[in-house]
Amino acid sequence: MPYEPILLARINKPNSGKLEGYRADGGYATFERALKELQPAQVTTQVKDSGLRGRGGAGFPTGLKWTFLPQNHPGPIYLCVNADESEPCTYNNRILMEKDPHQVIEGIMLSCYAIKSKCAYFYVRYEYGDSFRSMQSAVDELYAAKLLGKNILGSGFDLDIVVHRGAGAYICGEETGLIESLEGKRAWPRIKPPFPAVEGAFRKPTIVNNVETMACVTQIMKRGNEWFKSLGVPPDPKNPRDAGSYGPKLYTLAGHVEKPICVELPMGVTIRELVEKHGGGVWKGRKAKAVNPGGLSMGFVDVNAPLKGEDGKTEYDIPLDFNGPGRVQCLGLGTAAVTVIDDQTSMVDVLHNVCQFFSHESCGQCTPCREGTGWMLKIVDRLRRGQGRKEDLDILVDVADRIGIMPGTTICGLSDGAGWPVKTAIRKFRAEFEAAIKSGAKSQYARSLEVVGAH
Amino acid sequence: MPTVYVNDKPVEIGTQKLNCVQAAELAGQFVPHYCWHEALSVVASCRMCLVEVGDVNPKDGVLTMQPKVVPGCQTPVRDGTTIVTGDYEKRDASVPARPYDANYLKVGPPGTRAKKAQADTLEGLLINHPLDCPVCDKAGECKLQDFSFKYGRSESRMVDVKNTPANKPGLSSKITLFTDRCIMCTRCVRFTREISGTAELMVNGRGHHEEIDTFPGRPLENKLAGNVVDLCPVGALGSKDFLYKQRVWYLKESSGVCSGCSTGCSIHVDSNKDIVYRLRARTNPEAQGHFICDEGRYGYHFANSTERLQRPMAKADGALKPAPWNVVTPQLKQAFAKAATDNAKSVIGVLSPFLTVEEAFLFATYFKGLSADVRLVLGPVPVVGQDDKYPKDVKGNAVEPTKFVIRAEKCPNRRGVEAILKHFQGSVIPLASATTGITAAWFAGGYPDKAAVDVAGWKSPALLVVQDIFATPLSADATFVLPATTSFEKDGTYVNHAGLAQTFVRSVKPPTEIRTELQLAFDMLGRKGLVQAAAIRAELAKAVPFFAGLAAKELPTNGVRFELPTV
Repeated sequence: MPYEPILLARINKPNSGKLEGYRADGGYATFERALKELQPAQVTTQVKDSGLRGRGGAGFPTGLKWTFLPQNHPGPIYLCVNADESEPCTYNNRILMEKDPHQVIEGIMLSCYAIKSKCAYFYVRYEYGDSFRSMQSAVDELYAAKLLGKNILGSGFDLDIVVHRGAGAYICGEETGLIESLEGKRAWPRIKPPFPAVEGAFRKPTIVNNVETMACVTQIMKRGNEWFKSLGVPPDPKNPRDAGSYGPKLYTLAGHVEKPICVELPMGVTIRELVEKHGGGVWKGRKAKAVNPGGLSMGFVDVNAPLKGEDGKTEYDIPLDFNGPGRVQCLGLGTAAVTVIDDQTSMVDVLHNVCQFFSHESCGQCTPCREGTGWMLKIVDRLRRGQGRKEDLDILVDVADRIGIMPGTTICGLSDGAGWPVKTAIRKFRAEFEAAIKSGAKSQYARSLEVVGAH
Repeated sequence: MPTVYVNDKPVEIGTQKLNCVQAAELAGQFVPHYCWHEALSVVASCRMCLVEVGDVNPKDGVLTMQPKVVPGCQTPVRDGTTIVTGDYEKRDASVPARPYDANYLKVGPPGTRAKKAQADTLEGLLINHPLDCPVCDKAGECKLQDFSFKYGRSESRMVDVKNTPANKPGLSSKITLFTDRCIMCTRCVRFTREISGTAELMVNGRGHHEEIDTFPGRPLENKLAGNVVDLCPVGALGSKDFLYKQRVWYLKESSGVCSGCSTGCSIHVDSNKDIVYRLRARTNPEAQGHFICDEGRYGYHFANSTERLQRPMAKADGALKPAPWNVVTPQLKQAFAKAATDNAKSVIGVLSPFLTVEEAFLFATYFKGLSADVRLVLGPVPVVGQDDKYPKDVKGNAVEPTKFVIRAEKCPNRRGVEAILKHFQGSVIPLASATTGITAAWFAGGYPDKAAVDVAGWKSPALLVVQDIFATPLSADATFVLPATTSFEKDGTYVNHAGLAQTFVRSVKPPTEIRTELQLAFDMLGRKGLVQAAAIRAELAKAVPFFAGLAAKELPTNGVRFELPTV
């Protein structure tokens, strides 16, 4: 039986983005019920017990994050919703914001009620004009309907939602970068600790959650934990630290597929099923070579590499849950944005694109990331122009390995994400890179760099 | 007592709140750093101070090291913290090793990670840094040079074209920016935001195309701006005043005290062949902290001026004519002895607040030795405007807490000279109340600024000795004009506004025919032998109870406080 979407259930229904339409589908009833019947702590407990893990990329348990707020804090406490969806090929938040903003907002309202926040900031990236407008009009509708503002529905609960449009930088999606940007500063991620739950926006306790997480909160509070836990993958009994991958997930498909779409599926679908069944297979009848399981920063999956210990299966068959990509040396599930690269595309060109992105988006605060991403781009650009040297590959892997929070050399995770695609690409497709270096062929996409004075 | 282990060596930290860099320093282990500065906020972005750190679990006492590097500047230490730096292999091997866990030792002996990470950081910094050390002013005192030599790798793997952003000579009237040399430690940006509060500097651009810049039409112009040059660990920010004047390894560095205002900032005086080329802040928490103002920093040029009085002159036939010291000194002695015998009450000795306490003491001893009735007068005390406090807000109003003060009183030693005057005659007589009925006057000690010699209402007596650095209207009236020395040209002690006595040493020799005030007073007293400021200071400490604290042969570098701090 095909899976019936829940988060995307209202997409493309008439009036799906309007309050009226959302109300017709039973919208805000959950919020009203919570306001009347539940204590904030009960909401937190339910979200915690549901096993919901953040949909933004790192997969941190949402309810657990909420409990990190200081007890009995006099306030203000802030909720920041991270809608700075800048990971390449990722657009699952965008669909929610544009087509069903009220589902997200109800989640925000429930979350604010749970964490006793009276003000939520909705940080939407600059490039998402439509999302900004639909969110803003949804918030305006709610103020008009007195569902936002002071003393909502006579309950004594106040809530303001501010929709803030960013200025366009990938780093604003890092939670402390987002907070800095919200405060009107340069989005340079902060040193942690203190974590935002202790000291965040305007130096007050702050929770930063993803848009899709908010939509999940709405559905969890509406349908209950049993429904949520009936979907997805339970924790690995062999790994006591695994929190499981429950619930529905929005997967986006992009790259060389026939049908680039956003589909909602229970966690744990394999890449193969996602691409072949939901994406209509690789385009132009070609075969897949590499897949990016969850946004560029997660690294690459070699479609043809056999999976250890599982006969007949390849890396293509790994499940897309919070643990799956890690089994094939990828960084994690990330944003679950699957990008397919076909067998006629050169990995050198792919890597160049990747390096260009991260070098452009590195905030430039920490030396290893600032210089490392720039250096990797210069090397890959040279490879692409057919002037690579054998030792370049080792340098790339060395640089990719040494930048990031994992080796401890940077403040935020951007450079882990910048290094991962480079090292997975070179480790998994080394033969292709070596052949490219040996042939000295220039990529058809390569432009020569302008000549700058020698130094 | 809380104990921290640095490369196995235990060091007690007491109740201090320290980071790993500071704790390591306590243990005598230097951890290289660029972005971290004691007076500025911590950003932990240069990643040069990477160390390995572990803590002891208070429950079971087991030491667990983090299997990665952490920035030492932002990692606080507590009891039992174990710090391993990249220099671990150079540790004192006689100290027993800490019980490092096996998981931590997997990659190699302690310090392997930190050493590699520091070398990696340096490789990163040099990716876009031009190798133009031969033409760079910073060469020789450049932290990138020093650390690359000590912690870096000798070869570069970078073969691609470096970024070459355009230089910014228009950054400020006094400071230029060699953009390509910048390593983005952002010390300068934080300085203008946190210390001066004027916030002229910012970071522009992103990633490896980042640059330090000013906002359009708002150049870096504030009275503390020069400090960004001192703060810059590389040759990016250059002082236009010093640029291309000297290679730093030719400079002789000596510890001085700024004579620009009564704050009495500790400074480094950099000179070569008896010419002062540069003043820099010398960190002294007792005096001013880490910084100095631009007035002081660029205020040494008067010492190199060609307009200075070069030799003693005596009035003959209505005109001042050069006269050698061996002629002038006996004449002065004789003239003042006679004036004191005739009418001691009409003789005054005017002591400038630019004199050191040793000089003021010897002059006072000389004048009071002529007769107890000779009056000692405090020379003009220049005051310009109000105390200028920093940081400031956008409107230019001072913000608490105050981090730096440029004082209105533009002389270094009023407190010291006043203490001498009080000792010799019980009170301080200002010049304004001693302008009439004078038959003989001696103005001792010079003023760097001609305009500071403000003698309103003064009527020159028949016998007038004026000692000064420059010719002034007052010196035109004088019977004898004597050249004075600058604070760079003598040893001595100044007492600042808060009662902090700081001794300083001579950095350069005065021009050939100039004798120091101390030598002159020594000669007037008819003493024999070599004049030594330290000996006079010991004599002063014995004679004047106020200065008893100066008795020690070697005074602490931060000075001696006579009164409670009033900063």
